[in-house]
Formats: sequence, C-alpha cells, structure tokens
Amino acid sequence: MRITCPICGERDRREFYYGGNAVLADRPARDAGEAAWDAYIHLRDNPAGTSRELWQHEVGCGAWMVVERDTVTHAVHGATLAPGAAR
Amino acid sequence: MGYSGLRVIWEGLTGQTGWKPVWRDPAPKPEYDIVIIGGGGHGLSTAYYLAKEHGLRNVAVLEKGYLGGGNVGRNTTIVRANYFLPGNSEFYSHSLKLWEGLEADLNYNVMHSQRGLINLFHSDGQRDAFVRRGNSMINQGDDAILLDREGVRKHLPYLDFDNVRFPIYGGLLHPRGGTARHDAVAWGYARGADRRGVDLIQNCEVTGIDIEGGKVKGVQTTRGAIRAKKVGIVVAGRSGQVAAMAGMRLPIESHVLQAFVTEGLKPVIDHVVSFGMGHFYISQSDKGGLVFGGDLDFYPSYAARGNLPMKEHVMEAAMTLMPMIGKARVLRSWGGIMDMTPDGSPIIDKTETEGLFIDCGWCYGGFKAVPGSGYSFAHLIATGTHHAPAAKFRLDRFRTGRGLMDEEGTGAQHNLH
Repeated sequence: MRITCPICGERDRREFYYGGNAVLADRPARDAGEAAWDAYIHLRDNPAGTSRELWQHEVGCGAWMVVERDTVTHAVHGATLAPGAAR
Repeated sequence: MGYSGLRVIWEGLTGQTGWKPVWRDPAPKPEYDIVIIGGGGHGLSTAYYLAKEHGLRNVAVLEKGYLGGGNVGRNTTIVRANYFLPGNSEFYSHSLKLWEGLEADLNYNVMHSQRGLINLFHSDGQRDAFVRRGNSMINQGDDAILLDREGVRKHLPYLDFDNVRFPIYGGLLHPRGGTARHDAVAWGYARGADRRGVDLIQNCEVTGIDIEGGKVKGVQTTRGAIRAKKVGIVVAGRSGQVAAMAGMRLPIESHVLQAFVTEGLKPVIDHVVSFGMGHFYISQSDKGGLVFGGDLDFYPSYAARGNLPMKEHVMEAAMTLMPMIGKARVLRSWGGIMDMTPDGSPIIDKTETEGLFIDCGWCYGGFKAVPGSGYSFAHLIATGTHHAPAAKFRLDRFRTGRGLMDEEGTGAQHNLH
C-alpha cells in the first residue's frame, strides 16, 4: 500500500500512521450532547468499500491528511491535507 | 450417527465407505421462531445451545457462504481464560469450562489440547503486572503459575533468554490454556445443531432486515424472504453492514489480522507461547506446522489479507524470541476480518429493535469464545435476560462510559486496541 502525501508525494505505507476515520476531523460542539459525542468517538459506518480516513505522514513531513481508500481492495484513491491540520 | 473408537476402526477396515453427510442441506422455510444470521463458530454454537439448553428447535442459521468459512476457519486456534478485568474474566472462565466438556457434549473430536500457555515478561514492572493478572485469574477460579527465568527455561529452552532488548525475566503459565482444531469446532456444532432440528442454510445472504413498529419481523435473503419472531446477528467482521440493515451504527471498525503457518516440522514447540513485546504468539499444530500471528495491520480492511509491513514485523518478532525459527519456511499466510470495538471487549446485547439481538465485537479473540458466546447469546435470545457470565458485554457502555473493559489500559477509543 502506498499513499500520495500532498506535500511529499507517493510514499510507502510504513511512513504513515492511521489516526482513525475522517469523522474525527469533524468535532462536535462542546454542548452538542451525549448522542453527538457518542457518534463522534465510537460509532462508525465501517464501510466495505470507499472510506475516508485520517492518516499522518509520521516519518515524513508530519502532516495530517484525509485519505480516500478502498477497504476491500486496499487501493488508495487520493489524499488531501486535513482541515485545520496546522492546529 | 454417533462416533466411537470402534466405528473408526470398523470404517478403517471397510474402506471408509460407511460415512454419511452429518448435516442436511435444507431449503429455507417461510418462517422460523428464530433466525441466526451468520454460520460461523459463534452462530453455530448459538443455534446448538438454543436447541440443547432451551429446547428451541424451530431455528435457522443463514450463512452467505459455507459453514465455518470465515474467521473460525482462519485463526490461530488458541483457547485460554487469562483475562484480567471483571466482565471478561468470568466470561472466558465459563467458556473454557465449556471447552473442557465440549468433545463429550458434541460427540465430536475438536482436538482440544490443554498444552499450557506461557505469557513472557521482560522487566520488573511487567512481572508485577503478570503477578496481578495471575492473582486475578486464580480469584476467578482458573489456574496461573508464575515462572521465573529458570522455570521458563525448563519449559522453553529454545528461547533467546539473553536478548539485548527483551531479556526473558520469566513467564505466567496458564496450564489449562492450549489449542483446538478450529474447523472441527464449527463442524461439531453444526452437526449437533442439525441433529437437534436446526436448519443450517448455506449460500443464503441476508440482504435486509424487516422491521415494523419497532419490532423485527424477518429477513430478506438471496433465497427469498424469511419471517422470524426473533433475529440474532452474529457476523463478526461484517457486523457493521448487517447492523446497518436495521438502521444501526455500531461502535466497531473492521481491521485485518494476519496469521502464518510454516511447513510441517517434528514436534518442537510444546506450548502456546505469547511474546507480548512483539505482539507475537506461536504454537505447533498436530500436523507439525508452526502457527503464529502478530498484531493488527492497524487500518480498516475487509480484504482478508494483509500487507508486507506487518508480515515483516511478525517475522522480526519471531526471530527476536526464538532464533531457531529462521530455519523454518513459511507455507502460507492469511488474514481475518476483526470486528474491533473501542475498548477491545465484545458485545452480546439486545438492540433498540424488539426481537433483534446482536453478538459482535470479538476483536482478535473470538475463537476461544465460541462456546461461551453461543451459550450466552442463546440464553439472551431465549429468555430475554442477560446470561450472568456475559452480563457486562453491553452495547451502551461506550455511550454511557460505564462498564468499559479495556484490558490494555490504553483508552476506549478506536485504533488503540
């Protein structure tokens, strides 16, 4: 599996850390309530097919990105810098 | 048809011509009292105990492929009860007791071999943690023996005791731990369920769950609609997809876990050896192959195969622990789809839909749970009450934060187990 980092280009999977589903980039408001926080932290669509995930180029530039990837074939469709990645 | 030593000898002398298929291949009926979705180890054992313990025989098991074709046929066959936390501890203890009577109960040789399991430790702190775990196991009524370095050497002389990074300080021996023949477990439960009148329906994929007014009414399948008063979902890695048919989102991510087997060798590894620092574990099958595995690949996957980095990691861990393994040749590797929960512990519970039950989230530990999971899930479906040993496997523990069972102490979050 190889992932194309938007900054560094195509690199081996070993350089990346999987940080969870991309829903994690969409943090609910502090007072959004129990159901919203449960959905954010725990519940997952867990798709068999195209999935959007957060990965970090851990051994490269350190950037967080949203990677679109197929969970059945392991094909990587693309990566864009995660919203608010610089925070 | 019962099995006996005499029968085996007789068939041996008469050309093995007297054996007949041990379960029927029925077409689905239009209606059942209970439909179990998933004909793997857990689904088959659920059906078996529904019939045996609760006298419920108007039951169907729907399997999209063939019986036992999923994770029960693709694991590392380890059976143990060495959990630490309340909830897991009593459940796996109960499951191991069922294992110990399983062959007599099923009249089927599942080759359950209690050869002993040794968890190694490599520092003073780790020793303390294992002493605590051992005491917890003994409190639960199971067995645990703390071995010092020389004690481990007596059992496992072939390890690299003076490894620079992970010198072996000792190990926790769980004498009742061991292995079983994975396929035979599925086959034994299938035969037992079928003989009690359960319909085992293969090549029958569930495509929808019918719900009216908050109550389950049946399922849609590739072989037509089937009405049911109660439906149980036991589909391991595919739990997310099947639950979605009932409008549910689960606290589950499906990951891939790889395992490996070498060519057949003469007996060399007598125990199950677990090397936590490399997340590596190994045993030797009765056929002679060294069966071993590692950690998750750590990204969601339904591919039932992994990638090279984790293969390399597992081989490195193997060489670190027992350099002799470098002479063995790997025959094949495979991957299973693990339904990972945020805290690494399973779920056996009702759902918000009346009559719909779910048994999932076994992470990478489902094989040893096959008897206990089926027993407890059957109890829940039949009686509507939680079976005591599995009473803490609640679906809502993530939402409420109460009763989380995080054995590793890393936090109840996806991607940490």
